[in-house]
Amino acid sequence: MANMAQAVRMALHYAEENLGVTDVFGEDVGPPLGGVFTATQGLKTAWNSPLDERGIIGVAMGLAMAGQRPVAEIQFCDYIYNTIDLLKIAGNTCWCTNGDWNLPMVVKTPVGSGIRGSIYHSHSFDATATHIPGWKIVMPSTPLDAYGLMLSACQDDNPVLFLEPKALLRIKGDKPIPGEPADERALSKMIDAPLGDRSAWKPDWPPLEPYFVPLGKARVVREGTTLSVVSYGRMLPLCVRAAAALAETGIRAEVIDLRSLWPYDWEAIRNSVEKTGKVLFVNEDTEVTNFGEHLLRRTVEELFYRLLAPPRLLAGKFVPGIGLADPLEAASVPQLSDVTEAIRSLAAEQA
Amino acid sequence: MSERGPSRPRPQLVRAEGEGLGVDRELLVRMHELMVKARVLEERLIQMYKAGHGYFWIGGPGEEAFNVPLGLLMKRGQGPAYDYLHGHYRQSATLLALGEEPVGALRQMKNTATDPYSAGRNFAGHFTKRAWNIAPITSPIEVQYVIAPGTAMAQKRFGGDGITIVTGGDAGTAEGDFASCLVWSSRPGHELPILIIVTNNRWGISTAASTQQGAKSLADRGKAFGMRTASVDGNDVVGSYLALKEAFTYVRTERKPLLLEAMVSRLYGHSSASGANPVAGEVDCIATFEEQLEKGGILTRAAMTQVRERWTKEIGEAARRVREEPMPAPESIWNNIYKERS
Repeated sequence: MANMAQAVRMALHYAEENLGVTDVFGEDVGPPLGGVFTATQGLKTAWNSPLDERGIIGVAMGLAMAGQRPVAEIQFCDYIYNTIDLLKIAGNTCWCTNGDWNLPMVVKTPVGSGIRGSIYHSHSFDATATHIPGWKIVMPSTPLDAYGLMLSACQDDNPVLFLEPKALLRIKGDKPIPGEPADERALSKMIDAPLGDRSAWKPDWPPLEPYFVPLGKARVVREGTTLSVVSYGRMLPLCVRAAAALAETGIRAEVIDLRSLWPYDWEAIRNSVEKTGKVLFVNEDTEVTNFGEHLLRRTVEELFYRLLAPPRLLAGKFVPGIGLADPLEAASVPQLSDVTEAIRSLAAEQA
Repeated sequence: MSERGPSRPRPQLVRAEGEGLGVDRELLVRMHELMVKARVLEERLIQMYKAGHGYFWIGGPGEEAFNVPLGLLMKRGQGPAYDYLHGHYRQSATLLALGEEPVGALRQMKNTATDPYSAGRNFAGHFTKRAWNIAPITSPIEVQYVIAPGTAMAQKRFGGDGITIVTGGDAGTAEGDFASCLVWSSRPGHELPILIIVTNNRWGISTAASTQQGAKSLADRGKAFGMRTASVDGNDVVGSYLALKEAFTYVRTERKPLLLEAMVSRLYGHSSASGANPVAGEVDCIATFEEQLEKGGILTRAAMTQVRERWTKEIGEAARRVREEPMPAPESIWNNIYKERS
């Protein structure tokens, strides 16, 4: 099975062949590197930009204005912060002009911790991104969803932020990308750039098929009745593992992968919480004015009388950075043990 | 106009004494009318602000001699075959020169539902018109410089002779986006058909440029990028027309960037935040031009007065009509956040 980086690459290939994507660009996105996570290797529209994040976002906006369909990459979301006002303008252009202009553009950027990335390669962006209206925001947790969300993002007529949980980019999925060969070594041979000189290399793309994950639709990953766990991105597989382990103790956690942060699938959350009466929101961004806090507030306001226990949020600590040393990172963002304990504790709580 | 570039003949842009005004009479009369129309519009907007028919004024009185020729030289239309304008908030004269009706600016000042640029959402002078490739004007002073290379890149790809024009003030060149514009417009092998303009009024709100930037000439910043550069007296309408024509021709045909600095006036200060009152000691490009037109026998004083009176009456009447137009409905805040496929 393809890993998430390969899935993104195949989605972008499908999009440049079939969805009108004209540019996949950013720092080191084009040949020879094809992206620091290899997600843009071999793409015919990939090119390298100056080391200038504001230029990358601004040019994507200009390209979109002139009828192109760009996919721009910010190499790590830690470096997207100097583009915030451009992201704001990209998000407000349709509204400010009362619909005169729209910007069909995708910005992809790796987020989160888990690769010993220290202070400037571990940050999350979902809390900040969800403060910028006018964007659609997605964050996959599996290669297949990455493929399907990227196709939907590339097809959309509005700015879409595609957050890539960087610790999952090398993780293989358990469902094939439609069209990928059954043998993953064969896939690697076809689409992974060789080590060393790549100047003559060309990918041999498998016959990919369309697969669209609609923006704004969550997925129930694991059904349960004891409590609901709502997560996305890198934390999602931890929630699934914790839920599976706790099933042996009789705790039946329902795990929902939100997939889209804006618009988000409130109906999926509501249905689950009405069933279980307990909900835990999990993400790794810093916990103060965190997106999970919004979900928690809405849960309290709209579902209060269906709740059997206070809803909870498990998120990253509100500290200025993720420290490099293992104990520092582990103390800063939720680990499997934290997720397990949070689920166990909420399950045990009596009204 | 000073310039840098390969061995091309130096264009004769500053007319010699006794050569007449340098362009034909019809164009002079047309530019005069547009300059007056734009000035009357801006003065009406200021009046509306002072009478409480708008919350904030910002605009371009003092830039007409440069902005009118800019609009006249643009290739108007939609898509990469035509010129894109990434303007700033002192651009009303350019819009009028392109053929825009002044009533839209009045509606935006009064923030009515009929405001064609933002339906009551944005400040005066924040134009947009996709049908003519007018990119949305925003309040940040510099962001247009970093968006503009994107449309120019699409035009380079498209072929044809459409170009991208980006304008901003001198104070905004202190922002990194101006440097980004120079970098992205001159990538080796990927030079862009972009006319980068700085209208230099020597002020950033209340702060004198001379106290903040050491560069003797902002146009010179293009030289480090191997870019052709030019500077012009933006209060001289004929000089501006000729310099712009030369610049347009270069960018259109060579498909390469050019940085043009125009020295302009700011006749009513930065915005209503600084009072929007006439400022002493600034050259008034219309007064100068009218003297030339009268002296050159192009237009009589009476004819020029008539032009001003006609537009004063017409725009005044439009402003009174706009006053009766409805405000946007509160529920309209939810409209057009996204474009949805129909």
